[in-house]
Amino acid sequence: MLDETRRVLMDLLESQRFAVVASQSKGQPYCSLVAFASTRDLGRLFFATPRYTRKYSNLLKKARSAILVDSRSNRAADISKAVAVTAIGKVRELKGSTRTRYLEEYLAKHPHMKEFATSPSCSMLAMEVERYYVVSKFQNVLELDVKK
Amino acid sequence: MKLVLSLKEIGKEDRRLVGGKAYSLAVMKQQGLAVPDALCVTVEAYDEYVTSTGLRERIMMELSRKSFGEMRWEEMWDASLRIRNMFLKTPIANELVNAIKSHVEPVFNEKAVVVRSSALGEDSSRTSFAGLHESYVNVRGIASILDHVRLVWASLWSDRALLYRQELGLDVEKSKIGVVIQKIVVGEKSGIVFGKSPDNRPLMIVEAVYGMNQGLVDGTLTPDRWLLERNSGRVVSYTPAEKDKIVVPSNKGIQLVYLQNQKGAPPVSEEELSQLFDVALKSEEVFGAPQDIEWTFAGKQMYVLQSRPITTIKSGEPEDNRIFYLGLRKSFENLRSLRKRIEEELIPAMIEEGKSLSTVDPSRLSDSELAKEIERRSKINKKWVDIYWKDFIPFAHGVRLFGQVYNDAVRPTDPYEFTDLLTGTKMLSLQRNKLLEEMSRMIREDRTLSKNLTKQHYKHIDERFEKKLKSFTEKFGSYLCSAGGCRAERETIIKLLLELASKAPTRKKVKETSAQKKEQLFLSRFEGEQKQYTIELLDLARASYRLRDDDNIHLGNIQTQLVAAVNEARRRTKIELEVEEIDTEEIARVLRDKTYVPKISKKPSESSQDLELSARQLTGQPASPGIANGKARVISKSSDLFEMRKGEVLVCDAIDPNMTFVVPLSSGIVERRGGMLIHGAIIAREYGIPCVTGVSDATRLIHRGDQVVVDGYLGIVTITSKAS
Repeated sequence: MLDETRRVLMDLLESQRFAVVASQSKGQPYCSLVAFASTRDLGRLFFATPRYTRKYSNLLKKARSAILVDSRSNRAADISKAVAVTAIGKVRELKGSTRTRYLEEYLAKHPHMKEFATSPSCSMLAMEVERYYVVSKFQNVLELDVKK
Repeated sequence: MKLVLSLKEIGKEDRRLVGGKAYSLAVMKQQGLAVPDALCVTVEAYDEYVTSTGLRERIMMELSRKSFGEMRWEEMWDASLRIRNMFLKTPIANELVNAIKSHVEPVFNEKAVVVRSSALGEDSSRTSFAGLHESYVNVRGIASILDHVRLVWASLWSDRALLYRQELGLDVEKSKIGVVIQKIVVGEKSGIVFGKSPDNRPLMIVEAVYGMNQGLVDGTLTPDRWLLERNSGRVVSYTPAEKDKIVVPSNKGIQLVYLQNQKGAPPVSEEELSQLFDVALKSEEVFGAPQDIEWTFAGKQMYVLQSRPITTIKSGEPEDNRIFYLGLRKSFENLRSLRKRIEEELIPAMIEEGKSLSTVDPSRLSDSELAKEIERRSKINKKWVDIYWKDFIPFAHGVRLFGQVYNDAVRPTDPYEFTDLLTGTKMLSLQRNKLLEEMSRMIREDRTLSKNLTKQHYKHIDERFEKKLKSFTEKFGSYLCSAGGCRAERETIIKLLLELASKAPTRKKVKETSAQKKEQLFLSRFEGEQKQYTIELLDLARASYRLRDDDNIHLGNIQTQLVAAVNEARRRTKIELEVEEIDTEEIARVLRDKTYVPKISKKPSESSQDLELSARQLTGQPASPGIANGKARVISKSSDLFEMRKGEVLVCDAIDPNMTFVVPLSSGIVERRGGMLIHGAIIAREYGIPCVTGVSDATRLIHRGDQVVVDGYLGIVTITSKAS
């Protein structure tokens, strides 16, 4: 069961390019679509964002966030076939050599984002995932806690 | 879009448009063989129907409740029944109706026809869909033809077809079906020719019955049988059958009637055998491989009704269980004789076997005697498990057959409405629970009795209660004995009764009036002989419903005796109880040789240093409506049943009738095994307790003490808080 769920999760995180990141400011929730990547151990989800964006400023003030990744293809069959995963945890800005390492991995997945992600105005943010909620078969919800 | 094609219009390129059967008929017709006129409603029409109505997605949703490979056949039957009901309740769009009508009406108008399936893949020599989809004989008028076209489309999703596709690894999502509408030929004699014997001997097989061939095809009638030499047509052997019934057309459909004359005479003459031989060779030449042909004689004219390649997989090979799947769909006649065998021979023999085993007390045997006794009990148990699979499980089809007839006639919104007509059939487990209810009521209403029982002052117990307890123990105590230990039997039952007495019973009152009304409404849809058949079918279904519960109780008694002997051996050999699975041969060996180390099979454990899995919400099948909220009582071993407290949610792998005595204590039921007609679901509905079945890994993902919500409407179990 655990192995199967891990496989489903890894397949999803590797195959999907985009995720929805939730943030908030003064009680006002906000969602953003981002191009993301993940670490092999499933411990982190990371994405590039310009520093002047609403999500950047929100997440730097309130680090707790949720990220949604799913495999829907906008067909009716998605209701039973699609997998949706919500990751929860804290988001922080990556700096120095860590940033360089993650940027390399990020560009391996999104080579066309090079100009954007390497721009001096762009930051690399990473969520330290505490838990994944894996939703499949319409209503099946499994929780996967990431041990630190 | 090609929606309907006549046999003359079907070309080589249309094979995947019309399905195997229609294609073969077209080829034979074009080669000059006598084939009754037919039209084919193509797979494009099927596609159009399921796409325009949104059925395609609904089917996929139904089938994705659980991984297809994980489904048991009972779950497949449930899925199949729900899908069939979707077809029954979803009319064909006017545009498509008009398109089909414009082809069919000019050809057949009010003439009687046969509506047959023509699935893709039927023309493969590695697969045989024979008998897996439906055919309807003697259908008249465009409205009825269209109705039956829909039923044939629905049969693409029959349990048998689903199981077969699963076994062959065929893609369910891509399954499609064509339908043949063929002029009916009411033959005086009919049968099949097998162009080549399945055992590869150079022989041809002819089977023949009087009347139409449906009785032969569904196994109701035993045919006369000839073996012919393939190179000469010479008859090698002839095996006559007892011929007392034949299939003939009825007002609507077909019926089985007694054969008046010809009882002794073979249905076909030597000259007709020779004609059949020629046709088999001709069709082998046409298709390039020996064929399995259905034929009929109307007067002097022989017609080929269908032809398909003989599958190269022999029945009985492990990879081909099609015969078993077909056996799950016994005809009414077969079910009737099976009922007789079960009621008159098997159940009494099973009861006797259980009783006879219980006369030997394992604790009084020496080690070597115990080893021998375990082997004997294991052999007896195996014998009955085999019979269970061979006879009892196929008999469950009685309920299914009735369900289908009910749904076809009434077309209810709830595809399980038919079970209302089957409940209250005096199942043994309900009789046992009723006795428990009576005793717990006595405790509830008599403070002194309750006090004496609580303080274990058994000497002062009320005589009436004592008598009831004794009678209960004699009749139903054996399972409790094995679970709680024989010495603790009395205490175990009293403990259970005290718990039951702590709250008034929750059993739902069977709405008899409503059930009676439904029965009347259902029967009013039939007339004459059909009505008589339906009344008999209802009676058979009630027996099937009751026996599917009772047989488990009796089998449970036999298994209990095996478990008792094994437990005695475990006690003596000190084999640890947490061992998940150990076979009886190993235990017997340890008894004979104390130095022998038994082979232990344990489930491999999944562990991870970086991740931890838990469940928040699990889906299964909604098996009994309602919402329950309670603490989970997870049953890993039988003794856990006695820890059950009032209001808890029973979470288990599979409830069998021997376990259902704790059901009145539970507020909800969650079961790993799936199905609407399994014991857990039946008993939950009897008591009006919300139930979700078919929850994969239920006992692994839900833990004792977890707070769970059981949604019996949607089939969802939510773990709202975890046990600390």
